[in-house]
Amino acid sequence: MANIALKGVTKRFGNLTALKDLDLEITDGEFFVLLGRTGAGKTTTLRMIAGLEEPTSGQIFIDGQDVGDWGVAERDVALVLQQYSLYPRYTVRENLAFPLKSPIRRLDAATIAQQVERAAKTLRIDHLLDRKVDKLSGGEMQRVSIGRAIVRNPRVFLMDEPLSALDAKLREALRTELKNLQVNLGATFLFVTHDQVEAMSMADHIGVLNEGQLVQTGTPHEVYNHPLNTFVAQSVGSPPMNLLAGKLDKGKALIAEAGLAMPCRAAPAQANAGSSLVFGVRPEDISLEADAPGEARIYDIENHGVEKILTMRAGETTFAATVAANSQVAIDETVRFAWNPDKIVFFDGETGNNLQAG
Amino acid sequence: MAVLAKLDAGSPAARRGWSDLTIRNAFIIPTIAFLIIFNIFPLIYSLGFSFTEYRASLNRPAVFVGLANYRDLLSDPDIWRNFTITAKYVIISVGGQMLVGFGLALLLNRTFPFKGLITTLLLLPMMLSMAVVGLFWRLLWDPSWGPINYALGLGKFEWLSHPTNALFAVAITDIWMWSPFVMLLSLAGLSAVPQHLYEAAAIDRAGTWYTFRRITLPLVAPLLLIALIFRTMEAFKTFDLPFIMSAQSVETVAITLYQMAFQSWDTGRASALAYIVLIVVVCITNIYVKYLNRLRER
Repeated sequence: MANIALKGVTKRFGNLTALKDLDLEITDGEFFVLLGRTGAGKTTTLRMIAGLEEPTSGQIFIDGQDVGDWGVAERDVALVLQQYSLYPRYTVRENLAFPLKSPIRRLDAATIAQQVERAAKTLRIDHLLDRKVDKLSGGEMQRVSIGRAIVRNPRVFLMDEPLSALDAKLREALRTELKNLQVNLGATFLFVTHDQVEAMSMADHIGVLNEGQLVQTGTPHEVYNHPLNTFVAQSVGSPPMNLLAGKLDKGKALIAEAGLAMPCRAAPAQANAGSSLVFGVRPEDISLEADAPGEARIYDIENHGVEKILTMRAGETTFAATVAANSQVAIDETVRFAWNPDKIVFFDGETGNNLQAG
Repeated sequence: MAVLAKLDAGSPAARRGWSDLTIRNAFIIPTIAFLIIFNIFPLIYSLGFSFTEYRASLNRPAVFVGLANYRDLLSDPDIWRNFTITAKYVIISVGGQMLVGFGLALLLNRTFPFKGLITTLLLLPMMLSMAVVGLFWRLLWDPSWGPINYALGLGKFEWLSHPTNALFAVAITDIWMWSPFVMLLSLAGLSAVPQHLYEAAAIDRAGTWYTFRRITLPLVAPLLLIALIFRTMEAFKTFDLPFIMSAQSVETVAITLYQMAFQSWDTGRASALAYIVLIVVVCITNIYVKYLNRLRER
């Protein structure tokens, strides 16, 4: 297994800059998730590490070695793609054996058979070994594709949205399995996704990419609770963090648009009275209370079973709140609410940066 | 629904009161009539001739002789020699076309400047008339002033008047003309292989040859086989090129058939030979088609 480092990597396709001066460090044996929207440069990053694309400038290190002029095969990474990329017309067994049969490895038939069996058992596809891959379901195909990665003990596993093409139930199941697999193998995983739930649930560390730039890296806890800017705040969490524009006034958050004046914790030094701010508050930090300072109208209710997600309106502002499933609320009802003043995050109103960062 | 009904009522067919069935018949019946008159009837009629002693040039009725024509033909060493020559021709010519055509397709299956123009130029030979190709290649192979002997420094090497050399010369001409066809089908097959499979193979540390053998070839094989079927059928009944270039030296079955039917006017015997050729071609094609279906099932 190996660690990966990217130093000042830039990638341009013609006029389009896909990645700008990217620095990234993934330590040995960790599950690193690169989170970003479509076009943020996630796949490009992955393909450059695999050697399928060359960076325009910057260096890529695997285990401390600059792999700039190494070919794809020499890097010895495994790549699992969203579209599975199984070799058609072959059976599952032949697909799993493919990387082992490559003349570079010089493995004998018994070793190959043994390694294929072991990978198939790990992923619970041993009953499918003699089936043609075209006759498999999506989930089975993705397992085979992961299997093809694990048979060969690569230095790094690269996964490009491997779960996106699967239905919700299967995605959840495979999410757990992938995480277990990574822990059991002790392998370095770089997993790319646009789905923040995948990122939060599997990652040891998350890197948030926005338009080719790495905005923040940190543990899921850090990224969730201390987003570096409003972009990250909106990228993780479902529903995302509420962002309310306003000002500080005598230690209170004054949100003019919503007609709210809410208590909040001691503001950081940069947040002068009068300067424009954005208050970030997670939906779960908002609660309905009879004598609370805020007033809003309930605009929509989404019942998720374990909880209810309320969309509330105060003046011109809409925000979300997560409340217990047994809360008695109705659409169009006017309610009073409070928020947890200790959990408020202050962002600069102009730049969107977290005022307490760094 | 109302809109549909209105449109239907307005269409000419509906005004004349044509039903779907009438329209269908209007298209199908001429085609079937054409097929029967020009294909099926002659086929059956010539099958009848093949069992008779008959000359189309003489005003004499056909005499039924049973299987005598077939017996004579199959015991005639000259006919066997014709078939052997034809088989050699098919192997050389089709083999060459498959190699050259597939090779060209592999070269073209990437992006480079003027790709479209070059592909079109490579396709040109296929679009020419067989007769024209035969005529100017006869000039190219000419022993005393042909550019081929000049370029290869062969002096006055006899190409088209020597039976073995002529076979090669005609086959090479055929390769020149029909490799583009194989190339076209191969290109269609190659461009249908998804790029991500090659990337996956590269990640799996497969070498070039290994990738070609395990990914490219199996995926292109069905189209290659279709090209092989077409070219074998064509090559087996090849007539134009050898007839124009070297009718005396390259005695393929088709040439012999032509001589038998339209020079000796031995219509009954020629019909029998035509049927033998038909059966052989159908057999070969069937073997291919069986193999093709097996490939598809995989």
